[in-house]
Amino acid sequence: MTKQQANWSPYDNNGGTCVAIAGADYCVIAADTRMSTGYSILSRDYSKIFQLADKSLMASSGFQADVRALQKVLAARHLVSYLSFIYQHQHNKQMSCPAMAQLLSNTLYYKRFFPYYAFNVLGGLDSEGKGCVFTYDAVGSYERVGYSSQGSGATLITPFLDNQLKSPSPLLLPAKDAVTPLSESEAIDLVKTCFASASERDIYTGDKLEIVILNASGIRREYLELRKD
Amino acid sequence: MNVADSAPAMNNLIGSDADSQRTLYPYVTGTSVVGIKYKDGILLAADMGDYLACHDSGSYGSTLRYKTVERMKSVGKHSIIGASGEISDFQEIMRYLDELILYDNMWDDGNSFGPKEVHNYLTRVMYNRRNKFNPLWNSLVLGGVKNGQKYLGTVNMIGVHYEDNHVATGFGNHLSRPILRDEWHENLTFEEGVKLLEKCMRVLLYRDRSAVNKLQIAKITEEGVTISQPYSLKTFWNFAAFQNPTVGAEGSW
Repeated sequence: MTKQQANWSPYDNNGGTCVAIAGADYCVIAADTRMSTGYSILSRDYSKIFQLADKSLMASSGFQADVRALQKVLAARHLVSYLSFIYQHQHNKQMSCPAMAQLLSNTLYYKRFFPYYAFNVLGGLDSEGKGCVFTYDAVGSYERVGYSSQGSGATLITPFLDNQLKSPSPLLLPAKDAVTPLSESEAIDLVKTCFASASERDIYTGDKLEIVILNASGIRREYLELRKD
Repeated sequence: MNVADSAPAMNNLIGSDADSQRTLYPYVTGTSVVGIKYKDGILLAADMGDYLACHDSGSYGSTLRYKTVERMKSVGKHSIIGASGEISDFQEIMRYLDELILYDNMWDDGNSFGPKEVHNYLTRVMYNRRNKFNPLWNSLVLGGVKNGQKYLGTVNMIGVHYEDNHVATGFGNHLSRPILRDEWHENLTFEEGVKLLEKCMRVLLYRDRSAVNKLQIAKITEEGVTISQPYSLKTFWNFAAFQNPTVGAEGSW
């Protein structure tokens, strides 16, 4: 009697692209709002950006059910730290972005042998108020960078960002600042250009772009219509 | 389940004798459910046919076994659920939901679960079963109205979920959503909504081989739930090209 093979996969790719750019005193996090499966579009208006803390936002693409579960787990962990105390109460402050970055990495690695199929960029402001961006793979490997792109359009966007933002090598000594010298509005325009281009060629990217800008005065959102085909 | 069996080879996971209890493939399945928001609430449509899969070591096709299956049910005071996929799993979901609503009622606090809460609960149930590699083999539509707010969402067997002004499961995603994207608008009247749903169901009837011509429309508004009596759609098969389809084709008879 031949062994029954699995005829369903616990994973699906719901597509989409995420980008984040760190500036001297701001951070721009952006993602498209298209959710797909196979060659079908499920929703043209599904947000991939989630606020984890006061100064940390996560944009995630990949398998939507895992992304949502990851968002909920992180939100709960922010509220309740490892020993079941409220993090804010125990530490008398909101989690900083670098602290959240470590938490995200550990949360992803926790499921190393049945991963969250989520490709994340974490963006926010560090304790000095400078923009910070952390980029991840599905199992929690991460590093702090000046800008990053993840998801189905990442292969189209990353080379363009490399060309425009030209981050100094992390191997340099003394360490050079990775954040871009661009102004906030220039960075936003750059992001809009990235997505307009990616939507042309990546079938999973399009419909609408959601941009979240985090700076000293707070948080604000912008939207841009993208190609719907 | 052996942790080492996980990631790379998926077929290792459905291996040992202990796994004889998990869902491998669906046996009795229903096809698409289509749902839309309209002026006063939500409208859902689903046909009443269920197909029985004929398996030996592979698939052998299927037979239309049940022709009066209610694939839409009300949930609490404010919601309605429609299911496609394995019907026995839908019946189990109804048991979960009945328990959920019962506990909600037992609080007796003047509050009751709305469609958003029920949808969230269902999503967690479906996702957790998927995590244990024993999914409930369904795609569900969850709609309702509470305090004037309309809600319409969907969730499938691996936990993928979203809400929108119109949703559909299975073939409905391919055939009905494009129609709805073109013709749906805010403030459809009840008659317009039903006509739109019937248009979707008719296309499904022509093109989905597991659709049957016996359907129900479910309506939910602030006032409550109504599920229509089963009825059938008018169809037209007399196209000239179908009369003698092989005429003129090389090598045909």
